[in-house]
Amino acid sequence: MKQDIILAGVGGQGILSIAYVIDNAALADGLVFKQAEVHGMAQRGGAVQSHMRLSDGSIWSDLIPKGEADMVLSVEPLEALRYLDYLRPDGVVVTGLTPYRNIPDYPEIDRVLEAVRRAPRAVVIDSERLAKEAGTVKAQNVVLLGAASPFLILKEDSLLATVGALFRPRGPAVLEANLKAFALGRSAALGL
Amino acid sequence: MSRQILLGDEAVALGAVHAGLSAAYSYPGTPASEILEHLVRRSAETKDFTAVWSVNEKTAYEEALGASFAGKRALVSFKHVGLNVAADPFMNSAITGANGGLVVVSADDPGMHSSQNEQDSRFYAQFAHIFAYEPSDHQEAYDMTREAYDLSERLEVPVLLRMVTRLSHSRSAVAVGPPRPQNPLRKGDPRDWILLPVNARRRFTRLLGLQAEMVRLSDGSRFNVLELGGDRSLGVIASGVAYNYFREAVAAEAAPPSFLKVSTYPVPEGLIRKLVAAVDSVLVLEDGYPFIERQIKGLFGVAGKTVRGKTDGALPASGELTPDIVRAALGRTPLPALAASGLPLAGRPPQLCAGCPHADTLKALNKALEDAAGANVFSDIGCYTLGALPPYSAVHTCVCMGASIGMARGAADVGLHPAVAVIGDSTFAHSGITPLLGAAVADTDMTVVILDNATTAMTGGQPTYGSGERLLRLIEGLGVPKERIRTIVPLPKHHDLNVRILREEIAHRGLSVVVAVRECVQEQRKKRS
Ligand code: SF4
Repeated sequence: MKQDIILAGVGGQGILSIAYVIDNAALADGLVFKQAEVHGMAQRGGAVQSHMRLSDGSIWSDLIPKGEADMVLSVEPLEALRYLDYLRPDGVVVTGLTPYRNIPDYPEIDRVLEAVRRAPRAVVIDSERLAKEAGTVKAQNVVLLGAASPFLILKEDSLLATVGALFRPRGPAVLEANLKAFALGRSAALGL
Repeated sequence: MSRQILLGDEAVALGAVHAGLSAAYSYPGTPASEILEHLVRRSAETKDFTAVWSVNEKTAYEEALGASFAGKRALVSFKHVGLNVAADPFMNSAITGANGGLVVVSADDPGMHSSQNEQDSRFYAQFAHIFAYEPSDHQEAYDMTREAYDLSERLEVPVLLRMVTRLSHSRSAVAVGPPRPQNPLRKGDPRDWILLPVNARRRFTRLLGLQAEMVRLSDGSRFNVLELGGDRSLGVIASGVAYNYFREAVAAEAAPPSFLKVSTYPVPEGLIRKLVAAVDSVLVLEDGYPFIERQIKGLFGVAGKTVRGKTDGALPASGELTPDIVRAALGRTPLPALAASGLPLAGRPPQLCAGCPHADTLKALNKALEDAAGANVFSDIGCYTLGALPPYSAVHTCVCMGASIGMARGAADVGLHPAVAVIGDSTFAHSGITPLLGAAVADTDMTVVILDNATTAMTGGQPTYGSGERLLRLIEGLGVPKERIRTIVPLPKHHDLNVRILREEIAHRGLSVVVAVRECVQEQRKKRS
């Protein structure tokens, strides 16, 4: 059993928090994992990606070979497109649909979403709306983690336990909003 | 044994702690910063060892060397180019030797994710005649660091650990062992540590005498693995993360190529000979320069065998290796993958944060230099290097830490005008003070703009030494006349005033220093939350 996931987004969108939750859930589920992340200059509003590999056996490379990824999980649609060629032919794309426009030449959003939807399995989530519904627009990353959760080889309980551990120190309101964000994302994906 | 989730960098840090570390020193630099960050956090909790951000890498090295002289175990870590700054004490510490275990971590950046070159630190280990480890995964990063302390104390020389970005910044679970106590104080022998020629010759002879032992240790290291498997037509020699890419590519094969994993240097000569003798052709996979490959090939190659790698184009000579590059070099077909979207994807380069003080300084500087056709702005290493990109396009050089001031002086000396240097407060403390002292004595016709944002911002906000009042007193102390030290506050509302001040100082035919004082907005945010 193994699963390879490309996490993508823009610096500041909470990609590394998603990675943190998956890492800890994997450890709790007794899986081996490697997670290569981008630090340094790339964080200043630049594209951020992380290669996340889960297995019940051994993992060699920290980086996922092209054609090996089971999922691209992106907080932002243009960033999702960057990594399509990492996906296996039956891989799934889970992405938020709201563009993050901090560059002058952002392509037309309709064409971006159309290209995402051309992937054989695309789960496009209005994560901004769902995060607001959950109580904080900041929880878009957790909405998308929830949306990805039905496809992950990790137990839902392990993911929820780590989301809890991550947000509990920030107070009950933040915790509750994030748990709700996860649930809303998950049911949105299951309802598609 | 417990399992902990650690970055590669953190695995090194924890390995050092568990080996009985007493003191660790570093200067921030991607991808090495997380080593000392981990140690600073840990020592704040446990208070049983010292962890210090030093003024620069040379200082850091000397501080670590002093701790080693005193008999304690010390760690010094930096990015690859940091070892250039520390090269003087590094080379000489191989001659003095280490008293308490001394481990030097140099984190290379193949592919230049956030560096100005991709130099390979293994050459430095060879240059200094010391032993080096190259981990390929997190567990090895931890285990090798621990072992490096034993080896350093046994051979009484520093040991180098080479990291690369991919491992430094990858996270995984590591099984950690019990910690051991620190060393007691025990001074080094002056005859070993006074590098007068009479001593240095004797010490160098001793170091050379250890070389055969180092090769033997390398050949016997449990981290080097030789497997003469089913397929003897090809033998792969792979080191570090390249070894992972090789194993990944052939994981499903029934008769994969024979291989040798190289994890220690000097190269395990005996193991390499065994592999080469057993196979028809050799492919060398290493992230960085063709260090192993060139040694095997030498000038004349290996009679009757082909040795392939970076020198003959089997792999690209520059850039970071990836599983896909290694797969192709092995002649394996690419895996079936989804096609790329075909849509032209706009890049998303890093940029200055919204509200960054540098943006206001650079805008004012652009305006002040608008009519000065011959002007050149020499810049330095920091967030402000992003000022080279549009919309600012405000700086024209970035070479190495502190280069801005020396280069501006050289250009001014030969008649370039206006010559402007732009340097951050942390970089100024690191290597800007000495060139400014020279320029102050000469009253060089140039303008130095110091961006005081009160932090080492680009690497995530480590402390800085030359900020605020201390910085102003320092500049004055170097001999810059008080009336030629001007302060501006880089905010949009002060734009016109700032332009005027910059114009005045640029017009002055002699040395001026303009200090732009405003805190990094990321640091402000951290303090608020
Ligand atoms: S981290 Fe600080 S100094 Fe760097 S770009 Fe952001 S605000 Fe500017």
